[in-house]
Amino acid sequence: MRQILLSARHLRAFYGTTRVLHGLDFDIAEGGVTTFLGANGAGKTSTLRALSGMIETTGEVRFRGQAVAGKATEELARLGIAHVPEGRGTFGRLTTEENLQLGAMARSDRAGIAADIARVYGYFPRLSERARQQAGTLSGGEQQMLAIGRALIMRPKLMLLDEPSFGLAPLMVDEVYTILRKLKEDEGVSMLLVEQNATAALALADRAYLMETGEIVMSGLARDIGRDENMRRAYLGY
Amino acid sequence: MELFLQQVIAGLSTGGIYACMALAIVMIYQAIDQLNFAQGEMAMFSTFIAWQLLQWGLPYWVAFFLTIAISFLVGIVIERVVFKPLKSAPVLSHVVIFIALFGILNSGAGFIWDFTVKTFPNPFGTKPLFGQSVISIHDAGMIVVISILLVLLFAFFRYTRVGLAMRATAANPDSARLVGIRVGWMIALGWGMAAAIGAVAGMMIAPVVFLEPNMMLSILLYGFAGAVVGGLTSPFGAVVGGFSVGVIENLAGTFIPYVGRELKLTIALALIVAVLTVRPSGLFGRVVVTRV
Repeated sequence: MRQILLSARHLRAFYGTTRVLHGLDFDIAEGGVTTFLGANGAGKTSTLRALSGMIETTGEVRFRGQAVAGKATEELARLGIAHVPEGRGTFGRLTTEENLQLGAMARSDRAGIAADIARVYGYFPRLSERARQQAGTLSGGEQQMLAIGRALIMRPKLMLLDEPSFGLAPLMVDEVYTILRKLKEDEGVSMLLVEQNATAALALADRAYLMETGEIVMSGLARDIGRDENMRRAYLGY
Repeated sequence: MELFLQQVIAGLSTGGIYACMALAIVMIYQAIDQLNFAQGEMAMFSTFIAWQLLQWGLPYWVAFFLTIAISFLVGIVIERVVFKPLKSAPVLSHVVIFIALFGILNSGAGFIWDFTVKTFPNPFGTKPLFGQSVISIHDAGMIVVISILLVLLFAFFRYTRVGLAMRATAANPDSARLVGIRVGWMIALGWGMAAAIGAVAGMMIAPVVFLEPNMMLSILLYGFAGAVVGGLTSPFGAVVGGFSVGVIENLAGTFIPYVGRELKLTIALALIVAVLTVRPSGLFGRVVVTRV
């Protein structure tokens, strides 16, 4: 059994007074990919937002043994949670390179930062071609790569990925997932992946949780979930 | 021709002051999406501090830099104490606080230093530069000081990590938090810098308009005009706007009959209305599209 990196108990989340998560319990293992699947509005994005302190929560969250519920977003980022948000969070008026440098805001090792930016350009050669370009002019796929690259430069202990396939052409989805696989295998980055594209997510993930209307309704190994009859009919379409 | 050139240069030197005020306004607008009506009074108060330091016998440039440092710290304190707790309050609360700040600083300065008009020393002297009458040495000095300030600010935002973090915060605060930027402190820093920039503007213009609690009223309006012309979302635009307003008001005051000195301010206000009607986002501003 791998070490537990993050665990949530009775996690509830609210937008104003509306409760959107109704008490989630889950664990995320170190070094693996965990995916949260579910339909639109099931609470996947809210789960990620709850974990990085962007919405009001109650319940307990432990990250690397430390109680972190209620901490500010920027402090969670500094503890090693890199959230690649829905819509990618691009700083559109800054250049591609500046967007990457922003990933290093909590670091002070100049040489290490430069090396990491070069490494990101290695993974995403398209980005190095567009280093001086305003990031807002990049294509959707390129912005997704930029967001993942920026998160990598944070040297995260856990990456939260919110629908990396969203709005991308199928070929681009393949490209993004190929790189995520590489990051998983070569760099050992732990990831929490939220997806509507269940096929792509289950192929990459080790563990999977299935969400419906703010609750976890099924959990298990990704390959078992992928074989589950109901799951296949509802979300995989075969 | 010589008159024209003279008026353009005089316009550029006061325009530099408007540019500073416009920049200070834009920096706070970018940080908290509000117009700081008290920006001028903050600058006025800073200028009084400088005056006090000079009265105590400090050399001009020591008082100058000390005032900048004090203003910077006070700007940060104002943000931390007054505006941080207000951050999710409605717009009207902000407006009321700005007006309160305006009144407090204005009557506070009057209470401490009284309302009599004081002269403020001019560090450059009043002789014409190079013995010609085209540009006075004070105008030239003002342009140089403001230029140095603007170049330093540009370098800060363009080449330093904190500058990058501040730009990222202005562009997208949610994303900035996600990469670990302490957004609250970036906003406080913006306040400090705006206060310091205002202090420079106040100290530079005080020898011209004289020192008294209401000295910055019209200057602030010109600053608003500059910020609106350039676009409230663009620091670069604010600077260009400030300089343009300075040149335009000066030329209009000189060359359009009946305008004279009295109606100069009217021109600035007309400019605000005209730009907002024709191009609401300003010459360099960007249209903000909000998804609903």
